[in-house]
Amino acid sequence: MAFAAFSTSTAPVAADTARKSSPVALLLLLPGILYLVLFFLTPLVSLLLTSFKAPAEFGDIGQFDYAFRWENYVEVITTYWPHIIRSFGYALTATFFALIISYPLAYFIGVKARRWPLLQSLALVLVVAPFFISFLLRTLAWKQIFSDESFLVTSLKAVSLLAPDAHVTGTAFSVIFGLTYNFIPFMTLPLYTTLERLDVRYLEAGSDLYASPFEVFRKVTIPLSMPGIVAGTLLTFIPAAGDYINASREFLGGTGTQMIGNVIEANFLVLQNFPSGAALSIILMSAILVLVSIYVKKSGTEELL
Amino acid sequence: MKLSFGKWVLPVYSALALLILMIPIGYTFVYSFNDSLKSNIVWRGFTFDKWLNVCNVQNGAVCEAFGNSIFIAVVATVVATTLGTMIAIAIVRYRFKFRSQLSLFLFLPMATPEVVLGAGLAAQFLSVGVPKDMLTIILAHTMFCISFVVVAVKARVAGLDPALEEAGRDLYGSALQVFLRITFPLLLPGILAAALLSFALSFDDFIITNFNSGAVTTFPKYIWISAARGIPAEANVLASAVFILALVVVVSVQVSGTARAKRLAKMN
Amino acid sequence: MATGTFAESGADLELVGIHKRFPGFTAIDDLNLTIPAGSFFALLGPSGCGKTTTLRLVAGLETPTAGRILLGGNDVTNQKSFQRPVNTVFQSYALFPHMTVLENVAFGLRRRKMAAPLDKAHEVLRLVELDHLASRRPQQLSGGQQQRVALARAIVNRPALLLLDEPLGALDLKLRRQMQLELKTIQEDVGLTFLHVTHDQEEAMTMADTIAVMNKGRIEQMGAPQELYELPRTSFVANFLGQSNLFTGPVMGTTSAGISVDIAGQKVVVPIDRAHRTSGEITIGVRPEKLTLHSSKPARDAGINVMGPGRVIDVSFSGVSTQYLVDVPGAGKLVVFAQNMTFGSDVREGDKVWVSWTIDHGFGLDDDPAEAPRFSPDLDTHTIAAQHLVEGA
Repeated sequence: MAFAAFSTSTAPVAADTARKSSPVALLLLLPGILYLVLFFLTPLVSLLLTSFKAPAEFGDIGQFDYAFRWENYVEVITTYWPHIIRSFGYALTATFFALIISYPLAYFIGVKARRWPLLQSLALVLVVAPFFISFLLRTLAWKQIFSDESFLVTSLKAVSLLAPDAHVTGTAFSVIFGLTYNFIPFMTLPLYTTLERLDVRYLEAGSDLYASPFEVFRKVTIPLSMPGIVAGTLLTFIPAAGDYINASREFLGGTGTQMIGNVIEANFLVLQNFPSGAALSIILMSAILVLVSIYVKKSGTEELL
Repeated sequence: MKLSFGKWVLPVYSALALLILMIPIGYTFVYSFNDSLKSNIVWRGFTFDKWLNVCNVQNGAVCEAFGNSIFIAVVATVVATTLGTMIAIAIVRYRFKFRSQLSLFLFLPMATPEVVLGAGLAAQFLSVGVPKDMLTIILAHTMFCISFVVVAVKARVAGLDPALEEAGRDLYGSALQVFLRITFPLLLPGILAAALLSFALSFDDFIITNFNSGAVTTFPKYIWISAARGIPAEANVLASAVFILALVVVVSVQVSGTARAKRLAKMN
Repeated sequence: MATGTFAESGADLELVGIHKRFPGFTAIDDLNLTIPAGSFFALLGPSGCGKTTTLRLVAGLETPTAGRILLGGNDVTNQKSFQRPVNTVFQSYALFPHMTVLENVAFGLRRRKMAAPLDKAHEVLRLVELDHLASRRPQQLSGGQQQRVALARAIVNRPALLLLDEPLGALDLKLRRQMQLELKTIQEDVGLTFLHVTHDQEEAMTMADTIAVMNKGRIEQMGAPQELYELPRTSFVANFLGQSNLFTGPVMGTTSAGISVDIAGQKVVVPIDRAHRTSGEITIGVRPEKLTLHSSKPARDAGINVMGPGRVIDVSFSGVSTQYLVDVPGAGKLVVFAQNMTFGSDVREGDKVWVSWTIDHGFGLDDDPAEAPRFSPDLDTHTIAAQHLVEGA
């Protein structure tokens, strides 16, 4: 319902309703746009400027002067490149698994369950329900479920599926698991929207033209659901790359699973090393922009943006 | 024709997937009944206490944080929904230069990782010298909610048949009357949906809040801080209460919508 | 299985004892049908009569609740649609929007791993005169062009049987007429068996070698178009194919010419070999174009039937002919089509006229008048509405 917001990025271009040219438009736009310029654009500029700052000559920790210290970037990359690689690795893995897990679910709700709209609605509510419980609490729940003293882990150890001294929490597995879980709704909803609109007559035509069910899926269903796949993967990958809750030590992460988000947070809020934090943020944002534009160009869905 | 095995794979898989999605919710809900002291990890016993005395003195910080979150979400929602709806109407209905560039610009806050948004705002507030407190949180939340509101309302505005407003003017309505009596009521479901979305996003936001809150604690921030030493069951209670309320609202909207659609279909 | 080979020519289609039940209603009730190889067969009927369901059963998109489907002697009832050597031209065309026209046409060939799929696709596109648009997307084509691509996509596979699901519905009149001729030509040239489903009786009569008229899940009558038109078996067929003037009355006796029926006090004769029932109350009819209008009572003649006098209550000019509505007391309102051989019409509204027709043109229906509702060609909404109320529809 409310989360149909995710769906609009896959909505077909609405028919051009009559458009007039009028000063009213400016009046309507100005407040909102001004607000965004002030609190979105300017902060990004601020971030960029901060990333070049140098430590203040005579200041304490946390005090910086404007400069053009591009060395900040070099330092940051040399110190934190494992985190950068790791973040993108985790995010890609989580996105991949989220796609594999969500597609059949979205297909079932959007295509197979079309005859029962009530079932469709309720299933969607269930998909979206995790949003109603705090992100942190649901991640925490998994931490408890995967903790060494939990029922699950002790049972697995008892039947020797897990080594006696193994941990589930604090590993790459648990972080990726957490990321995947938390972003499944983000993946499922756009997929659902596209699949819901899928005309089954195309599938029938494919079958009529000698395509086996698997071939129909590969050659007809997947290409036609591409907009949803692209939207879903973007909506999952981008936040996942910058996430740091899952990877933090208090949740599902450990010392070896720190992501770039953790590092940025640490630099900003703990170390007060704002230029480093800013530089990392800029690197993260640029990397995402580059990856996304290549991805969208390759999948041919530029109209999405 | 008998049902082949293949027919059952998808439904069973979906049921399983949905079940697993629900596990943390179930866990949180169950543990809200745990007779715990400070930390809520080990199950000690079943009790209704926490539900009945949520805002007790011992763990009062939870309620305060919860209250802060609600307040912030309400303010941010009101502002973001107003500004966002105005933008949405302008973008869909009016022609002006840079329209497509504007759409892209509005899309950016949704596409930017929260870490970057939070860090950026923190950097800016720092440069300008604004201390981090309730105000900065509200400003931050409003910002990222606007984009979502625009996207949600835009779809609704685009689906609005301009012939309806033309009919209104044909029947002697002034521009203001047409807006108040025709446009706005028809847009209302979309606006409400956008407001609900905005509220949910603001209430549950952690990352951006963490960067810009200073000493003020919101509900998610409280959980983050107490994660190290143990989250009291009262937090579970509050979260579960919110969940149940949200669930009831969404389900009743869906059911009434479907029931109404069925009745309309029957009449034809 | 049809992989990798073309059917040499069309194949016989046999439907044996087909039943199809959906939750809540029966779409097809004991259908038995044989379509000989190489023929153009039309399944004609109103919406909801079961013709589209029949098509889908043959295509393999649905499975029958009971009965068998045989193609060229092989039982294909349990074969899925991708296993059957049958192709469909869908009503909505269902051209894959994410592929070019060429790839659409080549799709079936590729799935069956046939050699040189693109060459064959080009060949068929040349047949439908669309080869110059081969690299376009379906969305960029007009309705008529899309329809031809859909056709090309199906026939390139040389199926044993080609199914057409009201493929001309979305086209305007001129284009439809043109496509009707093209389809017929292609069918004869390539030698495939076509099963064409439509609700347009003119289309069916123009294109098909054989027509089966379906109503409420059953076939009412089957035969060559002319046969169905000139000798309908039931009132449904008489009224669905073209228009008919129907009368009900008791059989008075038999003469050498035929049986004589009393219609509102007038004697009407129907040849015995054109009457399904020969005693009791029967329904007889005659086509409007077979009727002649007279301003004065025509001379007695053993070879013609005369009805009248009646009053002309409506005159409608429709280009080729003029349609008259004549109210004959006791017999109801008769529809008369008169070809416009001269300019202007001699008969005006309100004139007193007699109607006559050759005895050989009349027909007697198989319906039992006691069961069927009285069928008079009521052309005013008042009567139709009243009739609905009476029937409790």
